[in-house]
Amino acid sequence: MGYSDKIRGTYQAQLKGIQDAGLFKQERFIHSPQAADIEVEFPAGAPLKKVINMCANNYLGLSSHPEVIKAAHEGLETRGYGMSSVRFICGTQDIHRELEQKMTAFLGTEDTLLFPSCMDANAGVFEAILTKDDVIISDRLVHASLVDGIRLCSAMHDTIKHSDMEHLEEKLQLHADKRFKLVVTDGVFSMDGDTAKLDEMVRICEKYDAMVLVDDSHSSGFIGKTGRGTHEKCGVVGKIDVITTTFGKALGGASGGCVSGRRELVEMCRQRARPYLFSNTIAPVVVSGVLKVMDIISKSTERRDKLERNAAYWRKGLTEAGFVLKEGDTPIVPVMLFNAKLAQDVSQSLYDEGIYAIGFFFPVVPQSQARIRTQISAGHEIHHLEQALAAFTKVGKKFDILGKTKQEIIAKYGM
Amino acid sequence: MADELKDMVLNYVTKEYLEDDSEPLTYDTPLISGGIVDSFSMVSLKRFLENKYAISIPDEEATPEAFDSVNKIVALVQRFAAKKA
Repeated sequence: MGYSDKIRGTYQAQLKGIQDAGLFKQERFIHSPQAADIEVEFPAGAPLKKVINMCANNYLGLSSHPEVIKAAHEGLETRGYGMSSVRFICGTQDIHRELEQKMTAFLGTEDTLLFPSCMDANAGVFEAILTKDDVIISDRLVHASLVDGIRLCSAMHDTIKHSDMEHLEEKLQLHADKRFKLVVTDGVFSMDGDTAKLDEMVRICEKYDAMVLVDDSHSSGFIGKTGRGTHEKCGVVGKIDVITTTFGKALGGASGGCVSGRRELVEMCRQRARPYLFSNTIAPVVVSGVLKVMDIISKSTERRDKLERNAAYWRKGLTEAGFVLKEGDTPIVPVMLFNAKLAQDVSQSLYDEGIYAIGFFFPVVPQSQARIRTQISAGHEIHHLEQALAAFTKVGKKFDILGKTKQEIIAKYGM
Repeated sequence: MADELKDMVLNYVTKEYLEDDSEPLTYDTPLISGGIVDSFSMVSLKRFLENKYAISIPDEEATPEAFDSVNKIVALVQRFAAKKA
C-alpha cells in the first residue's frame, strides 16, 4: 500500500499538533442563503440556530439580492452552465469581455482581465510582468495571496513596515539599480481595516519611477464616494498601475477576480499568467450575476452610503460600550482582545447570544493581537446592529473587559 | 571592526524589523527562526551590507541560517570582507 501506516501516522500527528495548539479550523454549516440573518448548524449535527452574521464579506448585501439571483438564472438559461475550456481555446463568451469592459470603466483603468479568483489574479500577475532584474517592495501586512504570488516570481522581494512611507522611500533608494520597481499593498487591510496611504505612495513612486499594485478586494464597490475603491478615496484614480480585486466579496460574493490596469500589463497577463492560461475562467452564471451587481452599484450609491452609515453606527456603539478597537473608517471593525483563548471564548459566548463573529489569532494576525473581526454590511438593518451591540456588551461584561485598556486586558488574560 | 560592525548590524536590524514596543535584541537573538525577520525581509539587510562593505554575498551563501543572529551575520560579512582583502 502506497499510503503506508508511517505516512498516515505522520499526518495524524501533524493534525493533532494543530488541534493541541488550539489552531484547528472547523467549518460551520449554513443552511440558508448568505445574508444578515442566517441559520447555522454548529457544531456538526447540532440543531439549526438563527444568528446574525457579523463576519461576512457581504459588504453591500448583494450576495442574495433578488435581482442578482434573477440575472444569474437568466445567464444560466442563455449562456449555459460551464465552458469546458480555458479562455484562449474556446472558453471566452461575449459576457466575459463585457464584464472586463465594465470593470475597466468602473475602476478607471485601461484594461481588465478576469481570473477564476483574486487569489489566482495575485498568483499570476507578478511572474507575468516582472523578471529577476526587478524588485517588488510590499507592505508587511499584505494578504497571503499576494505573498504567494510574489513567491512564484523571480523578481527580488523586499518589504516595508506597515504603511510606513518613509521606509518605502528608503527601500526605493536602496533598490534604485533595479530595472523595474513594483510597490505592492492592500487597499484596505483585511485584518486591521485600515486604508493604504495611496496618495503619498503614488507621489513617492512617481519620484522614483516605481509602479504601484493595489489589491482592492476589501474596497471595490464601496470605498470612495462612488465605491470605486481606495484609489477613489485617496484621489489617485488613473494613477494605480495594477489593481487586483475580487467578485467574491462586495461584488456579489460568488467567486472570481480580475487584474485591471495599464493596457500592456494586462495584456502580459493574458499572454503569460498561468492561472489564466491553465484554468477555466468564471462560470457564465456568475458573470451574469456580477454584471447585474455592476449595474446596481453604477446606478446608485445608496448601498455603499448605507454601509458607511451602518459602519459608523457600529464603531460608535462599540466604542461607547468600552471595547478596544483598531482605528479606521471602513466596515472592518476589529474588536481587540489580545489573548487567543479569550478571543475564542468571546466568539463562543457571542454565538450563544445569537451573534456569529469569529476570533482571529496567531498566525493569522501577529502574536498578542488576537481579536474578533466584525464586518458590517448594507444588508444589516439598525435592529441587527442594536441586537449585536447588546450581545457584545453582555459578553464584554461577562469577561470584564469593558472600559479596560490593552494593558489591563493583557494583565487579566495574558498575551 | 568587529564591535563596530556588530553594533551597526544590531542597530540596523532593530530599526528595520522591530516594532516600537518589541523586546530589545541581543547579538544572539534568533532573528529568522525566532520569527522576528521573515526570509523575504532579509533581502534589504543583505543589500545594505553589500553596499556598505562593497562585498557580494552569493544567494547560496545568504541562507536563513547564516542570517539568523547578529553574530552570525557579522561572521558572514567578515568572511567576505576578508576574501575581498
